[in-house]
Amino acid sequence: MIRANTSREHTNREYEQELRRLREQLLLMGAKVEEIINGSIRALIDRDSTLAEQMIAVDRKINQLEIAIDELCMQVLARRQPVASDLRFLTTALKLVTDLERIGDLGVNICERVLELNGEPPLKPYIDLPNMMREVQEMLHEALDAFVAADVERAQRVIARDKNVDAYYTQIFRELLTYMMEDPRNIFRATRLQSIAKYLERIGDHATNLGELVIFMVKGKDIRHAGKLSDAG
Amino acid sequence: MSANGAAKVEPTPKLIVSDLAVFYDSKKAMGPVSLDIVGQHVTALIGPSGCGKSTFLRSLNRMNELIPGCRVEGSVKLDGDPIYGPGIDPVAVRRRIGMVFQRSNPFPKSIQENVAYGLRIGGITDASDIAGRVERALTQAALWEEVRDRLHESALGLSGGQQQRLCIARALAVEPEVLLMDEPASALDPIATAHIEELINELSANYTVVIVTHNMQQAARVADYTAFFYLGELVEFDRTDVIFTKPSNSRTEDYITGRFG
Repeated sequence: MIRANTSREHTNREYEQELRRLREQLLLMGAKVEEIINGSIRALIDRDSTLAEQMIAVDRKINQLEIAIDELCMQVLARRQPVASDLRFLTTALKLVTDLERIGDLGVNICERVLELNGEPPLKPYIDLPNMMREVQEMLHEALDAFVAADVERAQRVIARDKNVDAYYTQIFRELLTYMMEDPRNIFRATRLQSIAKYLERIGDHATNLGELVIFMVKGKDIRHAGKLSDAG
Repeated sequence: MSANGAAKVEPTPKLIVSDLAVFYDSKKAMGPVSLDIVGQHVTALIGPSGCGKSTFLRSLNRMNELIPGCRVEGSVKLDGDPIYGPGIDPVAVRRRIGMVFQRSNPFPKSIQENVAYGLRIGGITDASDIAGRVERALTQAALWEEVRDRLHESALGLSGGQQQRLCIARALAVEPEVLLMDEPASALDPIATAHIEELINELSANYTVVIVTHNMQQAARVADYTAFFYLGELVEFDRTDVIFTKPSNSRTEDYITGRFG
């Protein structure tokens, strides 16, 4: 089981249980979000509309978890007045769910574009898009693992990868523009693909947020809006 | 912590405690502790029972030496003046460094006489001078409005919270510079506790307050600085917001998050 900072348990068992439940719920939500993102990516590549619809349904579970986790956090804050590492864990949890929920929504957006694209013949073979997807998938996975292990270095590596995602987006956008200029009939499909690339780019940003939150949780140091890596050590 | 182990803080210290250790017979109860206490701020001392925080507090106005077999080493300076040493009158020290105890202990006298007690001992006899000082002390202790019409009634008729504020007024009447408080709200209900905490906040504008509390949330609410004691030693001293969000010592972390023992 994961621990924020310390391996010692609370003297109060009920409090310990509440924190454990909160961690479990966060991990469950993280797993559901990963499921949506991985599924939406497969749905695009395999042109699988059934899978895309299944993934849209998973998002309802994510939204329920968001509410349940928020309630649990409020309850612990009100009843236990957490301090120090517990306080940082609680405030991190409250922010983490927001990022996770948005990532889930972006996964749904990808699936919606996939459903539209599947009504049309393929525009082109995908080259950069699968690479960008893999990058984002790994960032999300690593960010969640960094949270589980309270691993600052791993979180920093996630943050460093965001620039790769941004570079992919610029590259894909440029390529799609050439298709659109070439033939206006490509525009419908190209704009869908461009949207998907934009969603992936946003997921990368949220994964970066997760990494920053993990660093705050472990070290008590807020590295957002700063020199990122240079300041985080 | 600085190189010599003393916890240092930015503003001018009112009290400078250096290598203070307290022994009961041959057994060391606390220390050596070095700590600067900032003037016109609130410093809270926290830690589990028996950690030495009350012993430390009592040694700041020489209350420990009333206990037989007690011996104090090291030094405490108030604005640079040592409070321990040959020829230094503990009563004079206690006039500058007042104390409020856990259980309110009003004398079985009138409200007025309780507050005037220290003044009379200090040699003030003029009735109107005493009346003025009593009113000022009761006002500072946020009790004046509640008792102004019954100053000559027995102090024992007041509620627990009022009695504690009366004891604070009694301590303030002799115009000390430092106020030591040993769990001043632990026997009070939440409303009376809130009154005392608000009062501590107001008093810190003019007085240096050092408070021992078992209630961690209380330390977080009232104190500017917090010192964590454990097994007779000062483990960590820092700004209260730092102690309660990012303590640097794992023993502090374990204690304040409830992971002890």
